[in-house]
Amino acid sequence: MARIIAGVASSHVPAIGAAIDNKQTEEPYWKRVFSGFEKSKEWMAKTKPDVAIVVYNDHASAFSVEFVPTFALGCAAEFPPADEGWGPRPVPVLKGHPELAAHISQSVILDEFDLTIVNKMEVDHGLTVPMNLLFGSPAEWPCPVIPLAVNVVLYPPPTGHRCFMLGRAIRKAVESYPEDLNVVVFGTGGMSHQISGPRAGLINKKFDTAFLDNLTKDPKKLTRIKHLEYMREAGAEGIEMVMWLIMRGALDDKVDEVYRFYTVPASNTAVGHIILENRKKAAKGKAKRAAARSRQEVRRGG
Amino acid sequence: MARAQNDYDDIPGTFVFDAERSRQGYGINMFCMSLMKDDNRKAFRANEAEYLKKFKLTPEQTEAILKRDYNRMLELGGNIYFTAKLGATDGHSFRHLAAVMTGSTQDDYAKMMLDGGRSVEGNRSRSGKGAIGSALGEQGRPKAAKKAAKAKPAKSKGVKSKAAKAAKSKSKAKR
Repeated sequence: MARIIAGVASSHVPAIGAAIDNKQTEEPYWKRVFSGFEKSKEWMAKTKPDVAIVVYNDHASAFSVEFVPTFALGCAAEFPPADEGWGPRPVPVLKGHPELAAHISQSVILDEFDLTIVNKMEVDHGLTVPMNLLFGSPAEWPCPVIPLAVNVVLYPPPTGHRCFMLGRAIRKAVESYPEDLNVVVFGTGGMSHQISGPRAGLINKKFDTAFLDNLTKDPKKLTRIKHLEYMREAGAEGIEMVMWLIMRGALDDKVDEVYRFYTVPASNTAVGHIILENRKKAAKGKAKRAAARSRQEVRRGG
Repeated sequence: MARAQNDYDDIPGTFVFDAERSRQGYGINMFCMSLMKDDNRKAFRANEAEYLKKFKLTPEQTEAILKRDYNRMLELGGNIYFTAKLGATDGHSFRHLAAVMTGSTQDDYAKMMLDGGRSVEGNRSRSGKGAIGSALGEQGRPKAAKKAAKAKPAKSKGVKSKAAKAAKSKSKAKR
């Protein structure tokens, strides 16, 4: 049986991708950002997921205003990086997991989430930047990826509650897949930022911190945040944080916060990052102790 | 045609890209999308006004594009992820455009971001009715304050539209 073992949330600021591509990661401004993901990469290297489901949004790359799917699940065998105006990012093509994606689509549609199925799609920085932050810059990505593109560009995006419930439906779908797979779910975007209009540059650390705290403690509270409140408090584009709730909904009710990082700014944005693990109910004896040890090492920075 | 009033019109300095703006700004956004192709960028640079004739744009929209008035483009239905492609064609980053839209110099904007960004305090609401703080930030507040906070938005409709009008005439004055 497949299972979701952990969730990762991370901002997906395009300038982070540009800093990687232009080899600026050692510059003080960027080092402050990238150093916050060193432990995360160690955690990911130890966790070794078989599949990553990456919840992200497209930024006028694969979808223009011609059609705007609210939830679009990538069911293709591969997803090339999109040309966002400067040529495609120099990252490997992402391999999909068409079998699991097909299974998820069928399961969640019957659970009343009317997904758009996408069999050909390029993916932009919304997906590739978090991949770099968690997996580094390998010649090939270490695991296949199922992209889930969420509309957060055209108002209104799906509500936080809807996103959370979709996460639950995805968990149910994954758990009914017969192959033995460890799945990690990414929620990307955010945290507080506004890049449009005279109020651009808005950052709300207090809101972001409360959001991070409640992601572990009381995610249901987060599902009650209205769109107006996201936009007012976390900036017009801060509404992207609804995508984190799909990740959270896909996890168990009780999770352990393994790691957290927050810094301001990257370009116009507050960078937030958190790793949440499901408690290992199935793991026994040795495996369980090893897992606990590796978690502690990550926490201590070992 | 007057725009229907929405609760989010009370957020200052913000043009929410909603269904109405998306309808109105389809031409702006499709024009911006066309700039993803190098041939189109060249054609646009060679004769901007001529190139824009290929798209369904109102005279106001055409003027906003030619003048690179990014706030006006948003007001007329452009979306930042699309208008940023026009910015990229001119060689500008998101952060550069953000500084332009806020009316700051590049240095001042960069400094504001390094100092922690623009504070939400004083930037929540045009009418003042929405300046209450979030459900998340309210955790420590007494129940009575919470109740008052809940009751307020319902009453504020008239005030909001007045505030929106005031803001509109302000932005006109700027232009």
